[in-house]
Amino acid sequence: MANKVTLTINGKSVTVPAGTTILNAAKELGIKIPTLCYTPDLPAWASCGMCVIKNVDPRTGRARMARACCTAATNGMVIVTQDAELMKARRTVLELILSNHPNDCLKCSRSGQCELQALAQEFGLRSVRFQEILKNQEPDASYPEVVLYRNKCINCGRCVEACQQMQNVWALEYNGRGDKTVIGPVGGVDLAHSPCVHCGQCAVHCPTGAIMSLNPINSVFDKLADPTLTSVVAIAPSVRAAIGEEFGFKPGTLTTGKIYAALRALGFKYVFDTNFAADLTIMEEASELVERLTTSGSTMPMFTSCCPGWVDYAEKHYKDLLPNLSTAKSPQAMQGAMTKTYFADKIGKKAKEIYNVSVMPCAAKLYESQRDKSMKSSGVDDYDMVLTTRELAQLIKEAGIDFANLKEEAADSPIGAYTGAGTIFGATGGVMEAAVRTAYYLVNKKELGPIDFKDVRGLDGVKEAEVTVKKGLVLKLCVIHQLGNVEGIMQKIRDAYKNKTEQPYTFVEVMACRGGCVWWWWTAIRCYG
Amino acid sequence: MTPQQIIDEIKKSGLRGRGGAGFPTGLKWQAGHDAVSKDGIKYVVCNADEGDPGAYMDRSTIEGDPHSILEAMTICGRAIGANKGFIYIRAEYPLAVHRLEVAMEQSHKAGLLGKNILGSGFDFDIEIRLGAGAFVCGEETALLRSIEGKRGMPTPKPPFPAQAGLWAEPTVINNVETWANIPVILTKGADWYNKIGDDDSKGTKVFALTGKIANSGLVEVPMGTTLREIIFEIGGGCKNGKKFKGVQTGGPSGGILCDKELDTPIDYGALMRMGSMMGSGGMIVMDEDDCVVDVAKFYMDFCVDESCGKCSPCRIGTRQMATILDKITRGNGTMEDLQKLQDIGGAMKACSLCALGQSAPNPTLSTIRKFPEEYLAHIKDKKCPSGKCKHLLSFSIDADKCIGCGMCQKNCPADAIANNPANEIKEGKKLAWKVIDQNKCIKCGTCKTVCKFGAVSKK
Repeated sequence: MANKVTLTINGKSVTVPAGTTILNAAKELGIKIPTLCYTPDLPAWASCGMCVIKNVDPRTGRARMARACCTAATNGMVIVTQDAELMKARRTVLELILSNHPNDCLKCSRSGQCELQALAQEFGLRSVRFQEILKNQEPDASYPEVVLYRNKCINCGRCVEACQQMQNVWALEYNGRGDKTVIGPVGGVDLAHSPCVHCGQCAVHCPTGAIMSLNPINSVFDKLADPTLTSVVAIAPSVRAAIGEEFGFKPGTLTTGKIYAALRALGFKYVFDTNFAADLTIMEEASELVERLTTSGSTMPMFTSCCPGWVDYAEKHYKDLLPNLSTAKSPQAMQGAMTKTYFADKIGKKAKEIYNVSVMPCAAKLYESQRDKSMKSSGVDDYDMVLTTRELAQLIKEAGIDFANLKEEAADSPIGAYTGAGTIFGATGGVMEAAVRTAYYLVNKKELGPIDFKDVRGLDGVKEAEVTVKKGLVLKLCVIHQLGNVEGIMQKIRDAYKNKTEQPYTFVEVMACRGGCVWWWWTAIRCYG
Repeated sequence: MTPQQIIDEIKKSGLRGRGGAGFPTGLKWQAGHDAVSKDGIKYVVCNADEGDPGAYMDRSTIEGDPHSILEAMTICGRAIGANKGFIYIRAEYPLAVHRLEVAMEQSHKAGLLGKNILGSGFDFDIEIRLGAGAFVCGEETALLRSIEGKRGMPTPKPPFPAQAGLWAEPTVINNVETWANIPVILTKGADWYNKIGDDDSKGTKVFALTGKIANSGLVEVPMGTTLREIIFEIGGGCKNGKKFKGVQTGGPSGGILCDKELDTPIDYGALMRMGSMMGSGGMIVMDEDDCVVDVAKFYMDFCVDESCGKCSPCRIGTRQMATILDKITRGNGTMEDLQKLQDIGGAMKACSLCALGQSAPNPTLSTIRKFPEEYLAHIKDKKCPSGKCKHLLSFSIDADKCIGCGMCQKNCPADAIANNPANEIKEGKKLAWKVIDQNKCIKCGTCKTVCKFGAVSKK
């Protein structure tokens, strides 16, 4: 069987692996086919109609329209991606989409980073011939961190696919029919009453400004100017690798020192690093793991508890397995508690005199900071504001700070110092590795060599490893990222309970998003296509 | 017969899918037969989600002979190696569902369904799934998603159902009427069957003849029969001797055919060439009183509601086209609007994902092409030639014919009729004649109906 296929696109021949879509085959030739609903990390849903191309039968010369995003290249195919008829059809479709989308780009939080806007620019659209017919739907603002602006929704379906197929959460679905189709929780309830677990993958995948957080970030300036408040800020591990993109750096560039400097320039008095609390989380989690391992009758396996999306998912779907969750708070929660208790005492302030801000890679952290009274360790909120990386970039831009040319600074002590263990927290497997290394050290008083993780067959996004801590004590580890992969593993664990057989794992790490925190944005929004 | 012999016989018969698209049934079965299922599971599905307005061929077939469907599906199961079938039928057809259930029970008792059918060692069973009334669920990929318990929305093809259908297993899905042809073909042979029909299409086709036709009902004719034979010889022409204007075939997906096209033989190819399609067999006849713009608007409104809402050309295009058509029927249309209709229609045909969106502009585009003068009359002269678009109508009272009896005034629901302003009385009459306030008039036509003296006229 041939593993490669050769086809002709716009008269040029190209050879690609079998199964490649026409969209990607065209990319090989440097030909761009416009897309809107397509994103590389979800199966093609084929809703927008922008990527239509002509598949010409070489024998008859008859052309059939096909979608480039979901049509696989086959041997001998003759494809035309661009002619007057296709351009006219695509332009008309784009005009139709814009006739159903408000014209308020100037005030939209996605302005400049919107895929629809970018497409309209590329097409040089200066007017829309069709009557503006909007959805006239109120936004669903039942959660501040994930707000559905339904009027801006272009029904591309990415969020629904992400929520259902990628995350297995099923909070979003199409409701209604025809042009009254709107995306939201089933049955017309709001998000707060839906199975939503705040992971924010819907917002991550939205090409427009239809799903965004609604966080009153400009109040930060007022609070920083308030003389009765002492301002404190802490940044999460993954922020340092992501924010640079907003200021023209290559994705992944570490800008830790510049972020500290920018935060001081904004007016924050104390600039801390959540990595310190990440170290604490690891110590607690590792100690708990050792304790559970050495105490007979402990609930095993133990699950990590640092990802609020996962914790909410577990609370909604795996109530029976909640005792398995580590009792350790997440780094953000520990940092917050420490700032408003230990640190407040240290500088002689009351908790309510501290204005505490956290900068996080994801929207669920805002939810976490407000989830219950355990997030008020001093009696008042541990955090007064939780910003996403994007929101911090927004504040830096508004304040006119020249981020790229800032001189690097260091974080404040004492909560500023950190080891290397916490830094890998943001990547999938990071929490697990840090905790296992620590546990190993606690038992053996020496460092553990590299851990050899192997992919679990058939489950993209699940890895396993075994670590011998000492003779007779083997840790069976499992690392899951992307909530859609959780069900299979939890079923194994439940089955072991039910059949009273040996548990397949001793320690399970779960992160709600694919690749963990770093891989994702909330950080910078990348336009696809 | 071996499975391959069954498929060869169906291929030889020339049977094409009766659901509308006319795909050769034998080829579909062959694809289902050749498709490799990893776990050995394949499915057979009957599409009984008949949704075209005015079409009820499938309902009658199931109500009349449910066993033909069960038998045909079982044969297909044997041919492609499937042991499980689904009949997806509208919940609005309770009698058909009941009769299917009775027939299934009888078949089980007779050993024609279930384990080890007639001692052959072959197992096949069927399950009924009720559709909740979405038109788009007649589209095969949407139908399969609906059976899977998901929202009925079409998915891209390929993969075709025969490759990866229900729960991603190879699935052969045929329409009721297609299934009903199978037992006959296998009983009497492909050679007998393919003598019926013309070169393009074999066998017979059932049409639901409705609208302004003298004899409405179901007709089964050989493929290749002309429209004239169906409408005038079988249907008896238009009701009340009115003049024939056109016939809509293929429901909301088809196009209108006018009197010039009456002598074309009806088969899949001919209808496509005329800008319509076979569809499932709905045939709605229109006479001189029907306005083509109004008809186009009716079908577009239907599609606005029935679009699944997935792909943007269909979801927004249907709404925009319906809005423009409405504007034209109100006398506010412009020549640019006519161009817009054609542009949107073209984009929908090119860019929609499924047949619903691709064919939704057909009624509009075909009427623009075949009756341009009627669109121009609405747009330029602000008149509806057939007097159907009430916003373009005006009713008036002939002062000479009116005797002032007040019958029209009494019956006017909008209180739009009164004595002439000067209360003048014509010579030889006892009462003042009536006038209609055009601003109040809602153009219901009641005054014209109740006037015994023919004094009210419609323009």
